[in-house]
Amino acid sequence: MSASSTTILNLPDQTTAAVPKRNYISAEHGLLSWLLTGDHKRIAMLYLISITFFFFIGGAFAGLIRLELLTPQPDLVASDTYNKFFTMHGVIMVFLFLVPSVPATLGNFLIPIMLGARDLAFPKINLLSWYLYLAGGTLTLAALVLGGVDTGWTFTTPLSTHYLNTHVVTTASAIFVAGFSSIFTGLNFIVTIHRMRCPGMTWFRMPLFVWSHYAASILMVLGTPVLAISLTLVGLERLIGIGVFDPNKGGDPLLFQHLFWFYSHPAVYIMILPGMGVISEVVSTFSRKRVFGYTAVAFSSVAIALFGFFVWEHHMFIMGVSNYSALVFSLLTMLVAVPSAIKIFNWAFTLQKGSITFETPMLYAFGFMGLFTIGGLTGVFLAALGMDIQLTETYFIVAHFHFVMVGGMLMAFLSGVHFWWPKMTGRMYPESLSKLAAVVTFIGFNLTFMPQFIVGYLGMPRRYHAYPPEYQVLNVLSTAGATVLGVGYMLPILYLAWSLKYGAIAGNNPWQATGLEWQIQSPPLTENFTEIPVMDHEAYDYEWLEHKTQNEVTTVG
Amino acid sequence: MDNSIATTEPLMPRETAVHEEHEHVFIPQHRHHFETEEQQREAGSFGMWLFLLTEIMFFGGLFFAYLLYRNWYYDAFVPASNQLSVPLGGANTAILITSGFFMALGVWAAEVRKRALLVLFLILTTVFGLAFLGIKYVEYHEKWEKHHIPGASFDISEFVNPPKDAAGKPTQHALPPDVAEKTQIFFFLYFAMTGMHALHMIIGIGLLVWLIARAQRGDFSSGYVAPIENFGLYWHFVDIVWLFLFPLLYLINRHPLQ
Amino acid sequence: MGISEVLWQYLVKWLTNSALFPREASTIAPYMDALYFFLIGITIVGLLLVLLLIVGFSLRYRKALHPVAEQIEGSTLLEATWTIIPLGIFLVTFVWGALLYFRIYTPPVNSMNIYIVGKQWMWKAEHPGGQHEINELHVPVGRPIQLTMISQDVFHSYSLPEFRVKREVIPGRYTTVWFQATTPGTYHLFCTQYCGTDHSKMVGEVTAMLPEDYKKWTELSTSGMSLAQNGERIFASMGCNACHTGNASNRAPSLAGLYGSKVQMANGSIQLADGAYIRDVILNPSQHVPAGYAPIMPTYKGQISEDGLIALVEYLKQLNTNYRIQQTQTTSVSDQAAPTTPGMVKP
Repeated sequence: MSASSTTILNLPDQTTAAVPKRNYISAEHGLLSWLLTGDHKRIAMLYLISITFFFFIGGAFAGLIRLELLTPQPDLVASDTYNKFFTMHGVIMVFLFLVPSVPATLGNFLIPIMLGARDLAFPKINLLSWYLYLAGGTLTLAALVLGGVDTGWTFTTPLSTHYLNTHVVTTASAIFVAGFSSIFTGLNFIVTIHRMRCPGMTWFRMPLFVWSHYAASILMVLGTPVLAISLTLVGLERLIGIGVFDPNKGGDPLLFQHLFWFYSHPAVYIMILPGMGVISEVVSTFSRKRVFGYTAVAFSSVAIALFGFFVWEHHMFIMGVSNYSALVFSLLTMLVAVPSAIKIFNWAFTLQKGSITFETPMLYAFGFMGLFTIGGLTGVFLAALGMDIQLTETYFIVAHFHFVMVGGMLMAFLSGVHFWWPKMTGRMYPESLSKLAAVVTFIGFNLTFMPQFIVGYLGMPRRYHAYPPEYQVLNVLSTAGATVLGVGYMLPILYLAWSLKYGAIAGNNPWQATGLEWQIQSPPLTENFTEIPVMDHEAYDYEWLEHKTQNEVTTVG
Repeated sequence: MDNSIATTEPLMPRETAVHEEHEHVFIPQHRHHFETEEQQREAGSFGMWLFLLTEIMFFGGLFFAYLLYRNWYYDAFVPASNQLSVPLGGANTAILITSGFFMALGVWAAEVRKRALLVLFLILTTVFGLAFLGIKYVEYHEKWEKHHIPGASFDISEFVNPPKDAAGKPTQHALPPDVAEKTQIFFFLYFAMTGMHALHMIIGIGLLVWLIARAQRGDFSSGYVAPIENFGLYWHFVDIVWLFLFPLLYLINRHPLQ
Repeated sequence: MGISEVLWQYLVKWLTNSALFPREASTIAPYMDALYFFLIGITIVGLLLVLLLIVGFSLRYRKALHPVAEQIEGSTLLEATWTIIPLGIFLVTFVWGALLYFRIYTPPVNSMNIYIVGKQWMWKAEHPGGQHEINELHVPVGRPIQLTMISQDVFHSYSLPEFRVKREVIPGRYTTVWFQATTPGTYHLFCTQYCGTDHSKMVGEVTAMLPEDYKKWTELSTSGMSLAQNGERIFASMGCNACHTGNASNRAPSLAGLYGSKVQMANGSIQLADGAYIRDVILNPSQHVPAGYAPIMPTYKGQISEDGLIALVEYLKQLNTNYRIQQTQTTSVSDQAAPTTPGMVKP
């Protein structure tokens, strides 16, 4: 199958093509060779399996929440159980899915290759990261099985320290451990990007995917330790009663809010920046053009990371903080919105004068751009101090963050998984089915979360088990959407698994993309390159690619 | 040309291997995902500095809490801080600095490839580290005896009714109960910060034991000094944290001549 | 408002009747809604712009029509444009939002004060006249109402969506918010900060009434002492009158006229004697030693509930002379007076 006027897909002749015999998957056999691997690609695949597992558990909780919210009465489960549903949904989705999703799977797999290196700087620490992730996940499951936790993923004190009997310390420990997984991944990326670029690979020749991960890694490394200490203090307060957050002993519960949000705001940028990196790669490839304003996009990523550290109080505007401090943080939040806007426009203008095709990764990327625009702009609603008074703690917030995280980040993740699936597995996914899944997901998503903006402004609070009857219609719409969304997420599992055995052979560069990862075999060799490449052209250099393709002699393996 | 590059790379055999495409002579501990040994060393060092940066952020949360509560409850912090023993704390400071000095000497010994000296200095570093922890135990034990450990057993009576000296004068200013209660916040910060510090020291000593064993085997006296250097960075960082903790916790409003 | 009144009212009425939009029941609501519509407008414009670009470029430059891409590096002019214009719009939003915020969180001086105590899982409202409500709040229209709120346990949040006000209710200190109801009716009261098992049951009703109806309601609901009277009772029973006699002794300062005044502290600072100050002095007296006095006031932490503290604040608010205190002094020194050991009576 060769390129046509509606697709750039260029697969090798399927009658003679085969997955290369020597690759990172076939290099060694046996469970231990996977469990003790140092190969960043194998670790990426291990992560992919684990986070998919936790995604479906978190998703199941989401389904249960929406099921309960079909009716205004609290009639499906007891209130304590419902509170555990939304807590577990939040904890699992944030810490065990969104934070590691793109960095630990796609980032791990691709960053060394994109830089022309044989592996990350610290392969053993990479493996340790995965085991820490599993430990965090296991502790979370333990908390779940032992009876669950109902603090909300935000662990607000003094509720979490003095007024609940559930497995708070277990869950806090789980997040603590998972946090170190994140820190080590970020540390690995930063050192790799600084020290292991191949000859000729200057900073401004790196793919924007790498820039995004660099920015996200800075956040991971600097922000996550503060979460660790916040959770440690909650644990100590529960176990010993030190009084740090207890007003009866002179402590201040608002101190917890500051410490917690100091991490948890940068956390949302940790989640979204890698997804933005994916979008840069996908939009470029399916427009056959260098990303418009490469430098602007690169600096925007770093700007988001930097500014992201200075806006945390916007989660506390109504909590009795000084009005003047609220002014400062509102202004800074407006500033942090600007780089994201810059990126959206740069991606849109990458399309101009390009040659555009609409394969599945591109569909997801378009979905990202539209939904992230809505999500991001509703963030501006919340950054406006007076507006936040009405909107905070309602379903408007829930809709806002689901738009950016699910409509944005999750779509970017799926875009990236589809885009690099042929590279990681050597096989193509079935295009029509994947397009269907993308459209179903998009429709389901909008139906689920659009009504929540409306019901939020009406006043429906978040984390509510029961609600006034006049909000029911909007809730039913939302639950209906969630069902459709669930179908949209199930489909990829099925056809991606199918493709491992029956998918078309992909060849080195099915998308005819630039980037070092597309110049090697699919799946790659364990050592990535037979010879370390020398980078002699800019990123997204389609003219170089064309020149190379014309002069290429096909080699084996 | 060596085409049989193994996949997951164990340590190469002990004799130095020479690759034809480079002029470098590779040390046995060379990891094959690095192109040169220099790259490996620089990456390792950079990684350790980054890790120390995360540790600064970790301790930073506690320092922020300290800033806040000292500002609010200064009147309670002063007598609470005066409960700590400056001689013991000062001794610990001197011990830790000495320990750091020996660590620096150890790095030098590794660089000039003197195995016996390296082992000696690492052992001295460990001994002084253990001495530090020993004194810390003594201090913690005293706090336990006086019921100054935060939690259910915390007792403010010493602050409300200070013990009297031989002449019958109270040894310190009596505090009203509502101020005395806030001393618990000071002690929580004391235990949390020095406890976190001590935990890092214990981990460091564990690593030292391992390094001593490897140094004894000669791992670090033939040019491969990265683990010693990087551990040195960690140890000095732990030292520096203590240099902040000591004045902040022990020296609040001390007047030696009173 | 910028657009005509009639059009605005029509728009709001249509939206409210179709259950997509909350009623506007306070004076601040139209201002909040104006900002909301402005932001929706920006979002729609921004979204349409982005969609136009994406769809437009995708169709015009799809591969069938445009098989060869032109490599374009970028355009500093465009970068500047889409940096400065969004920044400008966001800054306008910032200013507008800030003004609205200061308006909502700065109560007018002539507000009627109502105290709210939140606890798991109910709202207690205490009117100065002594009316107590649970999960309800009756207010007159046309008067600014200030809510002074505190929690007895965890974080809660007092939300009146139709009045467009909300504030966190936290343990350890007062938070305030104000509103002025415009239309009689019943409106939603929600707790919006997750506070445990029955968070979604911590709801209630706010009833706005015409002033004459409100007057009737207060008369009907007054079944006991006003807050200030209760405060006076606590003041005596906790033994405060033993030191705060109002005599020219130097044990404790006179409290007449204290509320609202600026107090010189022993450490040189000056503090405003508002409700938060009074509450904190009772709980942490050594933090607020006035100039010229010794730190001998005992703490009453654990002995007076939040309701009691509110009553004391209300009492001191209207305390202008020490006459009645000195009256209780005389009574309490007689043999027939009941002992007044602190901690004996928990109001």
